[in-house]
Amino acid sequence: MLMNDQNGEIAATSVENSDAGKQVTLGTDEPLRLDCGVELSNFTVAYESYGTLNENKTNAILVCHALSMDQYVSGTNPITGNPGWWATVIGPGKLIDTNRYFVLCPNILGGCMGTTGPKEINPETGKPWGLDFPVITVSDMVRAQALLLDHLGIDQLFCAIGGSLGGMQVLEWAAAYPERLFSAVPIATASHHSAQNIAFHEVGRQAIMADPDWLGGDYLNQDGRPHRGLAIARMIAHITYLSEPALQNKFGRRLQDRDAVSFGFDADFQVESYLRHQGSTFVDRFDANSYLYITRAMDYFDLAERHGDGVLAEAFRDVETRFCVISFTSDWLYQTAESRAIVKALNAVAANVSFAEIESDKGHDAFLLEEPEFWKVLSGFLKGAAERYGSVDK
Amino acid sequence: MMTEQQKRLIRVDLQLIAEMVEPGSRLLDVGCGDGELLDYLNHEKKVDGRGIELSKEGVNACVSAGLSVIQGDADQDLDDYPDHAFDYVVLGQTLQATREPHNVLANLVRIGKHAIVSFPNFGYWRVRAGLLFGGRMPQTKLLSYNWYDTPNIHFCTIKDFVALCSMLGIQIEKGYALDRRGQARQIGDSGMRFANLRGEQAVFFLKKS
Repeated sequence: MLMNDQNGEIAATSVENSDAGKQVTLGTDEPLRLDCGVELSNFTVAYESYGTLNENKTNAILVCHALSMDQYVSGTNPITGNPGWWATVIGPGKLIDTNRYFVLCPNILGGCMGTTGPKEINPETGKPWGLDFPVITVSDMVRAQALLLDHLGIDQLFCAIGGSLGGMQVLEWAAAYPERLFSAVPIATASHHSAQNIAFHEVGRQAIMADPDWLGGDYLNQDGRPHRGLAIARMIAHITYLSEPALQNKFGRRLQDRDAVSFGFDADFQVESYLRHQGSTFVDRFDANSYLYITRAMDYFDLAERHGDGVLAEAFRDVETRFCVISFTSDWLYQTAESRAIVKALNAVAANVSFAEIESDKGHDAFLLEEPEFWKVLSGFLKGAAERYGSVDK
Repeated sequence: MMTEQQKRLIRVDLQLIAEMVEPGSRLLDVGCGDGELLDYLNHEKKVDGRGIELSKEGVNACVSAGLSVIQGDADQDLDDYPDHAFDYVVLGQTLQATREPHNVLANLVRIGKHAIVSFPNFGYWRVRAGLLFGGRMPQTKLLSYNWYDTPNIHFCTIKDFVALCSMLGIQIEKGYALDRRGQARQIGDSGMRFANLRGEQAVFFLKKS
């Protein structure tokens, strides 16, 4: 019976994988040595690409996705049927014009959309990894991406762009592979996770692990799915992505489909209903263990410690990459002060940096939403960088 | 050489500054506004230019135009930069709006091999006349604010500026007084009094001595 369940689950996993678009097996010659010490060989990276790589392979833009995102950055997401998470920005004739640029977006290591992660099959056991999956870091994610670029024959990226965890990957790219990165746009991000950031993640993880259906992380081999725990984790996180005024404007104290409070614990308020919806739709597309691993990777992120002996500026010494750091006024998860600290460090080594704080009441999520001023800045930066790069169109 | 038409495209003090900057050099423009000088130098002299600007509108306009500019201010953010990081550091019409002009000046010549500073001259005869005969705080074309809403909190005369440079051990490489029509005259040792009267604004080229 148990065997049947496992087989059923394995079959389901591979069906999901068939939706994951392009996939490549990396670490075949040489394993990827993870920060935790484990060596990962023959791992899969699922990615999407948009546009055409030019002859000299000089027009590549890497888009690094955030915690709950995936590689479907443009076009239509084949799994949800919704537009890609940055389809407004990336596409033919759009701000990041795929008629001109080759846009590459890989699912991160530890993710659950086709790249090797806790949901995928451990080749040694033939079963999903679960908690046997090694704990990964942002640096591991980036090194896996560098192997993908090697595979595609791309020596240097014209630009790496990302918000939130994506921005951390961009910063890690600049510190680890400055020669492979002409320009970098870290958006709504930080050089390390603050105590508050870690605290919110810990609550999310505890919610998942407290769900009896989590089954010690072994739920994929058994009948459980920790949907309640994962939904709560998502609800908590979602609050941190919005600003107080955004919540107030959107919901206020308005009631959900009723004229008076119910004197019970139904979703009386619209904001409750909204969060419940956010939670319940998230569990359909996200793996709970993946959520644990990725939040852990973010908590461990500390660019100064890793690349600068504790001094952030040292992480950027001799880096010739052009930076454009962008923050949003109402983002309290990764505040402007965090971006400013990155800018100060870049100034300390006289790096080439632009920094704009965008006026917005949309909170951390502003980077995913329509923000004309943000788009103008991003577009101008890319245009200026392309002028100086000179070889995008060759 | 710049044509007359090109010259008219940028502010008169910036035009004088632009003429002095070596092509292909590294330059930091402190208080770069909407990026007028940076954009000009980028196109005309292929200068590797960066900027700092206080106003968000200015910064966003600059970055949207492809210029490398950060939001920041001269009093706080210059400390971050390493010594001799730039060939030139420019402070155009901003010195009088800083909280600590002496510290800003010291930072300029530390960060840049050369510093270029332009400022409105409070010793200009119209300013003096305005106060002497009008009995009110002077308002000129360059100093158009009312006393109560002006961002300019530290006015000086050309003489004051020269004295401060001397006190800070800053070497004046060249100085120009610009009259009302934008005509620049180099300030010599003997012509100081005259320059201090006739110059509506001044441009100084400085370095650490």
